[in-house]
Amino acid sequence: MIQIPYYPGCTLKNKASNFETSALAAARALGLELVELPRWNCCGAVFSLSSDDLMRHIAPTNIFLRVQEMNRDHLVEDEYRLVTFCSMCFNVLRRTNQRLRESLEDRNKINDFSYLETETYQGRVEIVHLLELLRSMGWDKIQERVHKPLTGLKVAPYYGCMLLRPKDVGIDDPERPTIQEELLRSLGAEPVDFPLKLRCCGSYQTVPDKDLVANLAYDILSRAQKAGAEAITTSCPLCAFNLDFRQKEIQEKYPMFLPIPVFYFSQLMAIAFGLPQEVFGLAGHYANPKTLLATKGYLQATSPLEGGEG
Amino acid sequence: MVRKIKLQAKNREFCRKISELSGEVVMLCEQCGTCAGSCPMSAEMDITPSQMIRLVQLGQEAVLENKTFWVCASCYTCTVRCPRGIDPAKVAEALRQVKLRQAIDYIQIDEISSEEAKKLPSVALVAAFRKMTG
Amino acid sequence: MRIGVYVCHCGGNISDVVDVKKVNAVAEQEPEVAFVRDAEHMCSEDGQKLICDDVLEQNLDRVVVASCSPLFHENTFMKTVAKAGINPYLFEMANLREQCSWAHPSKAAATRKAEDLVKMAIAKCRLDVPLARQALPIGRDVLIVGGGIAGIQAALDLADAGFQVTLVEREPAIGGKMVMLSKTFPTEDCATCIIGPKLADVSQHPNIRLLTYAEVEEVSGYLGNFTVKVRRKARYVDWEKCVACGTCAGKCPTKVPDEFNQGLSQRKAIYLHNPIAVPHKYLIDGLVCRRLKQDGNACGVCEKLCAQKAINFADQDETIEIRADTIIGAMGFDLFDATLKPVYNFGHANVITALQLERIIATGSSGPPLRAVGNRVAFIQCVGSRDEQINRENCSRICCMYATKLAQLLLRIDPTRDITIFYTDLRAYGKGFEEYYKRAQKAGIQYIRGRVAEVQPDPEGRTLWITVEDTLSREIIESEYDLVVLSAGLVPARATDRISELLKLAKSPDGFLQEAHPKFRPVDTLVDGVFIAGCVQGPKDIPDTVSQASAAAARAIRLMNKGVYETEPVKAFVHEERCDGCGQCVTVCPVRAISTGKQKAQINQALCKGCGICIGSCPTEALDLHFYTTQQLEAQIEKALEGKSAAEPRLLIFADNVCTYRLADNLGTGRLSYPAETRIIRIPSSARISPQLMLYAFHKGADAIFLGECDHKASPYTGSVDAIERNLTVARWVLEEEGVSPERIRFSELLASLLTDFYKNVTSLVKLAKKEAEPITPEQRERLGERAKGPLPEVREGAVIHG
Repeated sequence: MIQIPYYPGCTLKNKASNFETSALAAARALGLELVELPRWNCCGAVFSLSSDDLMRHIAPTNIFLRVQEMNRDHLVEDEYRLVTFCSMCFNVLRRTNQRLRESLEDRNKINDFSYLETETYQGRVEIVHLLELLRSMGWDKIQERVHKPLTGLKVAPYYGCMLLRPKDVGIDDPERPTIQEELLRSLGAEPVDFPLKLRCCGSYQTVPDKDLVANLAYDILSRAQKAGAEAITTSCPLCAFNLDFRQKEIQEKYPMFLPIPVFYFSQLMAIAFGLPQEVFGLAGHYANPKTLLATKGYLQATSPLEGGEG
Repeated sequence: MVRKIKLQAKNREFCRKISELSGEVVMLCEQCGTCAGSCPMSAEMDITPSQMIRLVQLGQEAVLENKTFWVCASCYTCTVRCPRGIDPAKVAEALRQVKLRQAIDYIQIDEISSEEAKKLPSVALVAAFRKMTG
Repeated sequence: MRIGVYVCHCGGNISDVVDVKKVNAVAEQEPEVAFVRDAEHMCSEDGQKLICDDVLEQNLDRVVVASCSPLFHENTFMKTVAKAGINPYLFEMANLREQCSWAHPSKAAATRKAEDLVKMAIAKCRLDVPLARQALPIGRDVLIVGGGIAGIQAALDLADAGFQVTLVEREPAIGGKMVMLSKTFPTEDCATCIIGPKLADVSQHPNIRLLTYAEVEEVSGYLGNFTVKVRRKARYVDWEKCVACGTCAGKCPTKVPDEFNQGLSQRKAIYLHNPIAVPHKYLIDGLVCRRLKQDGNACGVCEKLCAQKAINFADQDETIEIRADTIIGAMGFDLFDATLKPVYNFGHANVITALQLERIIATGSSGPPLRAVGNRVAFIQCVGSRDEQINRENCSRICCMYATKLAQLLLRIDPTRDITIFYTDLRAYGKGFEEYYKRAQKAGIQYIRGRVAEVQPDPEGRTLWITVEDTLSREIIESEYDLVVLSAGLVPARATDRISELLKLAKSPDGFLQEAHPKFRPVDTLVDGVFIAGCVQGPKDIPDTVSQASAAAARAIRLMNKGVYETEPVKAFVHEERCDGCGQCVTVCPVRAISTGKQKAQINQALCKGCGICIGSCPTEALDLHFYTTQQLEAQIEKALEGKSAAEPRLLIFADNVCTYRLADNLGTGRLSYPAETRIIRIPSSARISPQLMLYAFHKGADAIFLGECDHKASPYTGSVDAIERNLTVARWVLEEEGVSPERIRFSELLASLLTDFYKNVTSLVKLAKKEAEPITPEQRERLGERAKGPLPEVREGAVIHG
């Protein structure tokens, strides 16, 4: 078992717990033990873009220091990679890390003010998204672990913003990414390309203006459906909320709209790996995923076809 | 409503301040419109992202009363496409910060219904409060 | 030796500030000075006559003129002196105006400096040796690389002028991109109609040897003596026999996309390059022909059918050696690869490039259409140009006009069409362009100012949706089109990298080939005898290409016409007894003029540009530079610092001839005064200044040294900046070892426009010399004199190595 530090982020502990459950299980099945960071704090969800702001880079810096402490305390051995699943956390952490690595002045200032910390941060940690980790293992290794190939499942991978932009932070080409498609193929599924896979879902605008998000989500989902998709995958709890839970608002506005289940990519991995059904995390959905999965034969007949309000 | 404006030293000063706060050389924008065409939120804005930048270039502080930079979702599509290498998302953030640092919030926390508050994932709330409250 | 010294008043420009009488007195005291005079205007006819008369009457054999900047009148005086019978390299100037009276308002300080400057000039003059401009023979053979309109025009100009031209073209036929076009803007001439006669002329001209389907493989030699190896590719058809009847192609079973039609149609393995191909001969594509790819028994239908028995499967590539006196590079451009902009969806059936549209329109009048064009057409400008995201920042210059042209042609074919051009700026700068643009607007073509953000396929059909902001009305537009045409930009032709390396040509930051001087030498390169013309130098339209081609031909004729050409004698030479054959010089020479034969450095006098980089890099000081010998520089350094008191700081400035010296002059011209404690020494490149010379300068009394050199992007001497930094590292290392602050030497890359930069550097260094640093003790100066005699540490791969 390879042990790597793991940062969950707030949402994976409450609304998106199914992301965590399925991902940790899938990772374990691949020989990766993702060890949760002790004493971790919220990353801040967004990277502060002002040139003079150092205050809002402190929270992520503390997270990097925890990785150093894990090494110091032998919770992991000489492992400075930090794996995360949530796209928003990933973006904040990697951008903050980049800024600290590039600017000695900023680093020194933050280290100076972090006088309650026992160590200083000098840019040693490397932020890794789970998809990057999978890609570096080799898709054939993923494929070897598949027991129930998702044959005939037409999935539209949705990327959103935080995984790919800006260019020097992204995990793939910002206009023509393929990493999720490659994962889906290795799971035996059929990736469906559609033009809006990079379009923002509305992000935090869902708080003041759910109607705006409903419009955006409708465009994205219906375009995917037009391309033949039966399901959507994502890597972000905010995208998952906007594309899944806001289907309530979509249906109120566009009565012709047909619900479409939204999965975290790790859930499909768990299903394809033939892991126990409890780790699929199918209870945390709005648009009911169970009908689709049952039709394709991925669910055991024992569990009733409920779950989700959609 | 057509306005007649005078360009004075104070206008230059506003532009310089936003450039410094955002870290972007706002004068480099050639007003090609790529950001506006790429922006997924442009239909919800009162002025286009490029127009927002234009007003900053002309040093028009009235831009601070527009909705545009509040509707921005920080999706960085403009960032990866601008042919002049400018980051309009940072300019939007600078404009937000000018307001927020004066303790003028865009959203009021107590206006979020309890039903929504229960539904919304923490990442949405944290992000929204970071971007739209001081 | 009898040196004559002339001090010019320059109509008060000098004499108002500098006490000319004092300067005369100092000059008279210098050894070997036989005669000193001052005058109002030395450059005038009277002044020049004075020199000629004095040379005769006073029996002078060398001349020093202390007046304005040598960059102003050096050439004038050199001619004067030559007329008087003295070798022009026995003449020196002291810059008492731009770098003295104009820059230092204090009379006392300016006079003091003027005295030193004159002494420096006299000391250098004493050590001058007569140098002869060599007259080297040059023939009448020209090699032109590239058979597009640029190469064709240059070839015809040269051939008509009686010179022998070899024209090498990579494709089977000449004509380049122009022969692919439908009509040309703004006149709407038919491209093939106007180039046709030129193609015929080239192929029939007795003075032009046309080698098509051939590539340049090797180049060696120099101006007047180039040897070029050209690989004539196997074509498997005997062009002496082929009559282009086309029977072979009719029956050939292999079909591949036709490159000439930009992939819109197919051609056979045996094919004619284009309908009006010159030479009009068939050839076989060895990469796809079944007989050639498989065994010797497959297919062979063409061979069976050919009535002329022209097919020859045994054909081989042939290497031809060509000698040339001058070379013209005219490799042209390629169209930007639109797949690099995925947002425009190139690859979708209904998204095409402008060149594809040219082929559609060009073929449309004479046969079935290559494809349908549809009713609603959109042009997207600036695809692959003006875009930092893909590192193509330049504007491609012709796209605004070619889109306007293509739009008008489409409308003429079908007036019901709805055509829109989405632009960022509409660049209609040329003759007739603005009028042509107006006609297009009048015809109903919609011009929308907005850079297209996305092209998305319609989910239902084959149409495309464009999303763009109309920046003029500030509306976001989403619009549907049958066809989207990408106005792709121009990039350097793919052969450019390879050929520029063979010819040792520099590239501009945008990847196109760099001209010798952007204003005054637009078709010359920094390699003597090699010229460039057309789009290989940068995007341009046909009239500008033809102008450049004729210009390049004229520049080549200028060199070749007299049968001889004169070389500058300021070249590097070797003190063989000191050379140990280490080869450091070989690697740093920007034009590869040095080789180590017989364990000693040998300098090709024809190639050597006299920059001096090699000299500064020689660890044993075995190399030297005519007219700027080490002895001369030492003498100038001595005189610059002679008689200085400990309280007077001295900043020695080594100014490169191209940028820094000019910059110093500009400061004076602008009357921007800087400290008079400065003494400027002129050299071709600051890389000439070895660490030994720097230490020698401190030994003799310098308190600080400033080295100025052209910015590496503008420098004609590639690698000079790196060489200077190496020399600097060594000198600073030694200074530090001897307890002297290494901050006393500073280097800056400059451009003639950076006045404040130079000014700031100079003033801060003088300040440092005056107050801030610990003064250099006489003991330290002694030590530095010892260290200057060597051996010194070397810098290799960034590390300082001793011994």
